[in-house]
Amino acid sequence: MGKKLRGAEIFVRCLQDEGVEFIFGYPGGAVLHIYDELYKIDNPRHILVRHEQGATHAADGYARATGKPGVVLVTSGPGATNTITGIATAYMDSIPMVVFTGQVPRPLIGNDAFQEVDNVGITRPCVKHNFMVTDVRDLATTIKKAFYIATSGRPGPVVVDLPKDITADSCEYAYPESVEIRSYKPVTKGHPGQIRKAVNLLLKARRPMIYSGGGVVLDNAAEELTEFTRLLGYPITNTLMGLGAYPATDPQFVGMLGMHGTYEANMAMHQCDVLLAIGARFDDRVTGDLEKFCPHAKIIHVDIDPASIAKNVPVDIPIVGSVRNVLRDMLALLKESKEKPDKQALKAWWKQIDQWRAVNCLAYEHSDEVIKPQYVIEKLCELTGGDAYVTSDVGQHQMWAAQYYKFNKPRRWINSGGLGTMGFGMPAALGVKLAYPEETVCCISGEASLVMCIQELSTALQYDLPIKIILLNNRYMGMVRQWQEFFYDRRYAHSYMDALPDFVRLTEAYGHVGMRVEKPGEVESALKEALEMKDRLVLIDFITDQTENVYPMIAAGKGHNEIILPTDRELA
Amino acid sequence: MRHVIALLLENEAGALSRVAGLFSARGYNIESLTVAPTEDPSASRMTIVTHGSDAVIEQITKQLNKLVDVIKLVDLSESSHIERELMLVKVRARDAAAREEVKRLSDIFRGRVLDVTPACYTIEMTGTGDKLDAFLEALPARSIMEVVRSGCAGISRGEKRLKI
Repeated sequence: MGKKLRGAEIFVRCLQDEGVEFIFGYPGGAVLHIYDELYKIDNPRHILVRHEQGATHAADGYARATGKPGVVLVTSGPGATNTITGIATAYMDSIPMVVFTGQVPRPLIGNDAFQEVDNVGITRPCVKHNFMVTDVRDLATTIKKAFYIATSGRPGPVVVDLPKDITADSCEYAYPESVEIRSYKPVTKGHPGQIRKAVNLLLKARRPMIYSGGGVVLDNAAEELTEFTRLLGYPITNTLMGLGAYPATDPQFVGMLGMHGTYEANMAMHQCDVLLAIGARFDDRVTGDLEKFCPHAKIIHVDIDPASIAKNVPVDIPIVGSVRNVLRDMLALLKESKEKPDKQALKAWWKQIDQWRAVNCLAYEHSDEVIKPQYVIEKLCELTGGDAYVTSDVGQHQMWAAQYYKFNKPRRWINSGGLGTMGFGMPAALGVKLAYPEETVCCISGEASLVMCIQELSTALQYDLPIKIILLNNRYMGMVRQWQEFFYDRRYAHSYMDALPDFVRLTEAYGHVGMRVEKPGEVESALKEALEMKDRLVLIDFITDQTENVYPMIAAGKGHNEIILPTDRELA
Repeated sequence: MRHVIALLLENEAGALSRVAGLFSARGYNIESLTVAPTEDPSASRMTIVTHGSDAVIEQITKQLNKLVDVIKLVDLSESSHIERELMLVKVRARDAAAREEVKRLSDIFRGRVLDVTPACYTIEMTGTGDKLDAFLEALPARSIMEVVRSGCAGISRGEKRLKI
């Protein structure tokens, strides 16, 4: 008989054996046995957040930057319910995460006990899978399964609910090397026949287009995607989640597509005759009106999730498999193929694309009087060499960051694309900074989003996480205001931010450095100064143009060819 | 179109709610859903009857397959299959004429009288949903006191089987 360990010890040992570096957590009654074990160890390192939502976003940011699963530990009841937004955020963007929630002891379950909530029930619709451990002998295997499910196939968050008495019960400990789940067998290799058909179709294209998404980033397939795209010489667009998977400064990159994508990307989507969609899911913000989506194209769709294929758009050649494996197989076929892309057709296609490009859709009016938000991001990109880790919240600033920061590497751009969670950016940046203490980590935010998780400035101080917060403060919920301007006859219902805090003093109150910049001429020097303060968290409160809008824009329910440019608005 | 989907899923707490939750969250129809353990106590067998276009049914089967607890699944409507449903129906039967008529109808539909009181008969009947509907329509108007139906259970014809 081996030595028996208590559930709480087993929990900690499992995380150690799983190689977990950080636990983002907040203690409470139901997880106190576990915290008593955490008291005795340095590894994994526990990061105490100030609100459980912050824990999930920080773990999520860590996961997006590193590719490793983020780990969260919270107590029962409100501790668990506060994680819901963060879990749903990770779920929508397929981020590997394991969330451990405390639960009341088994004999009390169902009795409306203090801080009891049905965690498994409440998280069910927004997790990849969830478990409640009902026997300490199942604890280690369940944790192994949770990590396996979270990180394999299409990744996603997994919740493990831990009744308090389980963490007090004892049994022998052994961490399984691997687990076998008979009902869960993700496909990894694509079908060779389908891959061959796809390559043949791509080689016959006259107006080809590659549209890649977050799946390429998640599967670490940026290198393969880049090699494949360059070998073909075809234009490529990335989704909001896919930015950085192909270098933004490469001439074959036509920019982001979709609602706030570039003119050239959207027009090329509309006109292409063969579309290769890879690791993307045809989200409504990408497709616009499905009736008008890629009307001339034969579509190849590569995705690890069969349910993503033909969900919104009928597909001609579906390929289920890991995008990296499929790209490798396609590359091999391409290299051995005697057939080459039609040079003449491709030349004509690029000529057309260059004409769209010449519209220069991201041009904006410069000002000496008032700070243009786009200008701040362009300067930040310039000063960081386009190589910083950039997180964002949700709204106009997010779109400007996606448009004007040129991401040349994957995992540098970290934002809540699917759920659109305001409050995500700053805690996510803390998770990134923990993973990469030597790297520059910037959070581009707006004054409405930032305050949603502002309390995490304390966490940043406690763990010495000198991120840079680029606050584009326009005193409006900018994207709401923009929609009200366009579609609600300028009735700005509750989209203004009255009674804002003094962000400089607020930042100082949390023990960090705050700066305010009101003149365009001071933007560059302020950014430089902040970036040079390597060991301090700096928030720069940029007082920006209140009425600036995000262009181009495809209104909800319109086609790619109905894109609005700033000049169209002025004429209208 | 109407589809009958049979699935094997882990016999675990919450597995049913994952399936039911999927249908409500994604706005799919459920006409009936039945579930019970199989000869292997670790797995449950479920039969779902649903309606939808081909694209919707394709999504339903893909989304069901995606659930970690779902072991295997087959759309029975794609090939020859058998459907059966159990119904218990309590029918008013007070005078001799009514009792005679209900018994006669039950015999025609191959039902069995399971319980008799001076005021009513309780009849057991199995068959396809259509047959059970037809029996209820054949019964004298206002004689039906209570109906309970199991929902459809389905299995494929011939050698084909849904097994782990």
